[in-house]
Amino acid sequence: MNNKTGRYGIYGGRYVPETLMQALTELEEGYRRAQKDAGFNNALETLLKDYAGRPSLLYYARNMTEDLGGGKIYLKREDLNHTGSHKINNVLGQTLLARSLRKTRVIAETGAGQHGVAAATAAALLGLSCEIFMGKEDTERQALNVYRMRLLGAEVHTVTTGTMTLKDAVSETMREWTKRVADTHYVLGSVMGPHPFPEIVRDFQSIISREARSQILEKEGRLPSAVIACVGGGSNAIGAFYHFIGDKGVRLIGCEAAGLGIDTDRHAATVAKGRTGIFHGMKSLFCQNKDGQIAPVYSISAGLDYPGIGPEHAYLYETGRAEYYPVTDGEAVNAFYYLSRTEGIIPAVESAHAVAYAMKIAKDVPKDENIIICLSGRGDKDAAAIARYRGEDINE
Amino acid sequence: MSKITEAFKGKKAFIAYLMAGDPDLEKTAEYILALQDGGADIIEIGIPFSDPIAEGETIQNATLRSLSSGTTPDGIFEMMAELKDKVKIPLLFMSYANPIFSCGYDSFFKRCSESGISGVILPDVPFEEAGEVLSHTQKYGIEVITLVAPTSVRRIANIAKSARGFIYVVSSMGVTGVRTSVNRDIRSVIDAIKRQTDIPAAVGFGINTPKQAAELLQYADGIIVGSAIVNIIAENSADTAEKLKKYVRSMKG
Repeated sequence: MNNKTGRYGIYGGRYVPETLMQALTELEEGYRRAQKDAGFNNALETLLKDYAGRPSLLYYARNMTEDLGGGKIYLKREDLNHTGSHKINNVLGQTLLARSLRKTRVIAETGAGQHGVAAATAAALLGLSCEIFMGKEDTERQALNVYRMRLLGAEVHTVTTGTMTLKDAVSETMREWTKRVADTHYVLGSVMGPHPFPEIVRDFQSIISREARSQILEKEGRLPSAVIACVGGGSNAIGAFYHFIGDKGVRLIGCEAAGLGIDTDRHAATVAKGRTGIFHGMKSLFCQNKDGQIAPVYSISAGLDYPGIGPEHAYLYETGRAEYYPVTDGEAVNAFYYLSRTEGIIPAVESAHAVAYAMKIAKDVPKDENIIICLSGRGDKDAAAIARYRGEDINE
Repeated sequence: MSKITEAFKGKKAFIAYLMAGDPDLEKTAEYILALQDGGADIIEIGIPFSDPIAEGETIQNATLRSLSSGTTPDGIFEMMAELKDKVKIPLLFMSYANPIFSCGYDSFFKRCSESGISGVILPDVPFEEAGEVLSHTQKYGIEVITLVAPTSVRRIANIAKSARGFIYVVSSMGVTGVRTSVNRDIRSVIDAIKRQTDIPAAVGFGINTPKQAAELLQYADGIIVGSAIVNIIAENSADTAEKLKKYVRSMKG
């Protein structure tokens, strides 16, 4: 990765309207200062520990391991963080950064609502005003999270342009940022967008693998044979992969949303079905048609329902360091039930994509080896939607 | 002097924008000629992109109309081939990076030069990222128009040095769309450009009335009008072409 230009091989860059360029330069300069600032780093560490509840547990899933009959399965419990997902790691970092840049207002996009809730939480804690942009379809899929954001004092804008999902929420938040950049920081929720966002978000999320690596060495005395995480934009995955990238024996496996199947037109499998393009500020892989129009994508999971992937993932894929596999709605729902009943842990439907892939490969992992699944979030938010998927009509 | 820069010679330039394929390409060809007849000095032709992040609602809707009528870059190039001999003023394409990247830069800009296109405007390709485009545009004599925004103060010197054709001065913060008042501070931005280069500076974003035009043209070399024209086209009446002609005449004062 080239820090100066924000390039990961050919991917990355800063493809945004001129109006935002100065803000991105200031953000990068501010971030470089923060990286070296002991005060900033101490404040973040304290918040992660005392407020978010880190370090998160690395839990040995004994029932699942015995049931699947292969290597030991560990769950990195990001679902136990305050606000219920890995998103808090990034928003605490970025909100502190926003404050150090003397911004008084943060804006953010959200898909499933996890990032929106996390951003609203951090803004409430650190005294910034907060506005969230969420696609209309997602406000309906995740009505409870909309209310949680409002409860936390954020204003939620329903996005009715385009496909009314995460992609359009990102576009609308970028448009809002070009309108009001002086007092506003855009808390981007994934390892995507223009440089320096992919780097900043990755750094704040890399605490997942920093902890997991030392936890697994302590518990097992050896590195995992695989780390498995779901990938939409890819923030929990890059966080879970990062400190293992140099460990050549550790397979890094990203699970993308195959929706109804990658041979249908209802999926969000960017690596399997996309190609290189330029969108949302970055050069990366995108689902698109032959004329470069961004394709409407679909997943049962609002958080994976995005037509692109972060540039560092595109690079890890191209260089063969990480592998990416599509997981269907059906497989994810099955894993959602499986983990709930086997371990008493209800995973986010996003994370259930990673659980589903682990279920496929676990029996082939030798018993003296282990694998780590990043359980990026908890599934309470999904219970009603999963019930509907299974044909039960319940009220939230 | 380039054909684009020449359009500013001895006069203030009126630059009109319309979206290709809104409501269909046949109408677009008719409207381009109407805008020329009305006195437009340069026309920007939008190539639709599904997710135009620099556009307000008006042009987003034009994009939807264009895409739903089946507009593709191939179709737009075919329209250009038929228009080529009838249009005397410089034509620009305005689009986003992805449709162009998807065509392949080299093949896209080659076709531009064969179709009589003089330049391109790509709002999501800032100065720093333009290199990958420039190596192809220079080969085919296509000029890349660079933008300067109210937030560009520390960047103007670098941008102006390598600017070609004209500099597109974004009048105000935010996205495209008709505004009731236009930022007057833009004068200091234009002054800063003038200290760096002789390339003309044209102001766009939000302009729609003759009064706004006259005000801005006290210090700008040209104005760019998009959403107001797209609004006329959106009415889609029998005399749209006539209305466009009249509108351009009124704006030219």
